[in-house]
Amino acid sequence: MTPTFRQRATDALADKALRSNFRGAMDFLREKRASVFTDERELAELRALGHQIRANVLSRLPSLLEQLEAQCQKNGIQVHWAETPNEACEIIYQIMHRRNAKLAVKGKSMVSEEVGLNHYLETRGIECIESDMGEYIVQLAEETPSHIIMPAIHKSKEQIARLFEEKIDGVGYTNNVDELIGVGRTILRDKFFKADVGISGVNFAVAETGTLCLVENEGNGRMCTTIPPVHIAITGIEKVVEKISDIPPLLSLLTRSATGQRITTYFNMISSPRKKGERDGPEEVHLVLLDNGRSRIYQDTHLQETLRCIRCGACMNHCPVYSRIGGHAYGTVYPGPIGQVVMPQIEGLEKHGEMTEGCSLNGACGEVCPVEIPLADLIRTLRQKKSAAAIPPDNRAGIGSHRKKTEAIAWMFWKWVHRAPAIYLMVTFAISRLRLLMPRSFGAWTRYHSAPKPAPQTLHELMRHRKQATSKEDQL
Amino acid sequence: MSEHTPSIPAEVYFFGTCLIDVFYPDAGISAIELIEREGIKVIFPPQQTCCGQPPYNSGYNDEAIEVAAAQIALFTRPIPVVVPSASCAAMMKHHYPRLLEGHPLHAQALNLANRIYEFSEFLSNTVNITLQDKGPPIKIVLHQSCSARREMQVTTQTMQLLHQLENVEICEPERASECCGFGGTFAIKQPEISAAMGKDKCDAIKKTGVLNLISGDCGCLMHLSGMMAKDNAPIRSEHIASLLWRRTR
Ligand code: SF4
Repeated sequence: MTPTFRQRATDALADKALRSNFRGAMDFLREKRASVFTDERELAELRALGHQIRANVLSRLPSLLEQLEAQCQKNGIQVHWAETPNEACEIIYQIMHRRNAKLAVKGKSMVSEEVGLNHYLETRGIECIESDMGEYIVQLAEETPSHIIMPAIHKSKEQIARLFEEKIDGVGYTNNVDELIGVGRTILRDKFFKADVGISGVNFAVAETGTLCLVENEGNGRMCTTIPPVHIAITGIEKVVEKISDIPPLLSLLTRSATGQRITTYFNMISSPRKKGERDGPEEVHLVLLDNGRSRIYQDTHLQETLRCIRCGACMNHCPVYSRIGGHAYGTVYPGPIGQVVMPQIEGLEKHGEMTEGCSLNGACGEVCPVEIPLADLIRTLRQKKSAAAIPPDNRAGIGSHRKKTEAIAWMFWKWVHRAPAIYLMVTFAISRLRLLMPRSFGAWTRYHSAPKPAPQTLHELMRHRKQATSKEDQL
Repeated sequence: MSEHTPSIPAEVYFFGTCLIDVFYPDAGISAIELIEREGIKVIFPPQQTCCGQPPYNSGYNDEAIEVAAAQIALFTRPIPVVVPSASCAAMMKHHYPRLLEGHPLHAQALNLANRIYEFSEFLSNTVNITLQDKGPPIKIVLHQSCSARREMQVTTQTMQLLHQLENVEICEPERASECCGFGGTFAIKQPEISAAMGKDKCDAIKKTGVLNLISGDCGCLMHLSGMMAKDNAPIRSEHIASLLWRRTR
């Protein structure tokens, strides 16, 4: 049996090294973000604009996708639609198979993680090398990303140094970051030139012009998309934006929210394969657009807010739960608040309903989200769906899958007490009178807290006495 | 009795909250005394129970709706409703209208939402209260809840009140804006994560060296003081209303 979210979280909390890696990194990222959003008014206006741009996209998503397809095709970019992860992998595999490709280099792409691309290609004899330094580390360690922007953030530089020493021939231990990066670069550079195919994600796909925008810091994205003869970009259908003029505000929100950078080192705009007479660039460019439940999310006007996400990671950086348990504890491709909202929707509540419990609804995520997604509200809505009593006939969403009889009965009992003042007064009176006889143990609560002590008289009682006293005074 | 300026109401409702009712009634009485001292009549509907937040946050909306509806029916006159907890105030102000969408009481829920005031917000903004500190010099460490910070946005009002107490020195723990880990049923459903968050908060509070913990939310207070007590830490926790009343009466 796979461990529960609670079990994984508990294990993570006990891991001192992991705790300190995350705590340090999250504090750093929070500070970085704050340092580039010093003007509160500008921030508020920019977030409102980001919200509006993304909401606009969603209001006409189907037609924008058609426009994107038409514009891309006009530019010579081949567009493919994938409904499921499997379909996406198969499309990519077929493109590679046609060209007899054996080696792919990949830039950072969470959607490729979502569809399990590396594994799919590997089992078909294609090597797929991660070229983003963080992803490269994670791949070397045979792990999965623990953060959507910084995949290896769970590792300290000493842990990375040991990993390199152990896994790469001829590399000795060094915890000098520049040297470590140098090692990775040398290995990857060779792969860039040998690769048959470059794979990348997409940050924004512009419908108006058929342009694929890619934000990165290491230059590996540019290498993946320009050196190999074929470039395959994969992304979710929600990543489309309407106009090229929407990009500057979104880009500014993205980089400042994600890493506290005003601009990243590289910003790539891919608008076509190599044209006649051009000396570089891929011969073929493909765009794979993945649905994987997104059009189902799209049906519900409230849950649809999920799709505004630009995957900046700020919600996890500011989440007090993520900051302590890290990304792997969620057991999903997308961790943290956005993961808690996305995963139960794309893979179903049955499988991922429990992760919605890992949230105190403190709202730190929604406060920093650059497109104002009400993450706490969405988490609450998903909790409601997972515990719903009425189960719809075609229930792919897993509605009601986590309804527990004991819990339902407890809340029913709670309701009886709190909707009827007479019963409520009796119960609270009894609690205040029995306070010294109250059990010392209240299950989970008293494991970490001393038992709460009720006051000798409730506020209701005190107010009754007060009223009696004043009416007596009035009579005198 | 002082003359009423037009913006200061002659009467208000008081919603005591279930935690104050059972565990911190002194905070409720203190809040009422403070409001009454300003010449405002306080009405405490005796049929009130709980705002309905626990089942709402747990996904049990039907149960929350029934209890919320029972509260909505009690606060119908067009006067402010003062709530000594940002978390319960946020429930009534921001979540009732959504929760009761399509319910016969929806219009009343909206009407009520517009009349909800968190306690500090009411004293500071509406009453514009003047406080005279009569207590000896003390230091307090202030915990502003997530609801106070984000949903109700009343942190400056809370500060404005405390700053009037001239013998009170306020300390903020490090990472003050991070959640203490209470989260209502979260503390029961995910006790390990909740406790890890609570421990960090307690450590940050202890690090200030200050022994008086003040908050405007009894949920956080119960969580933090319960963890401190389990640890035998000699910290005294108190709702802000109790502190204000105790030092100015
Ligand atoms: S939900 Fe908001 S904060 Fe989180 S990754 Fe998406 S855009 Fe960023």
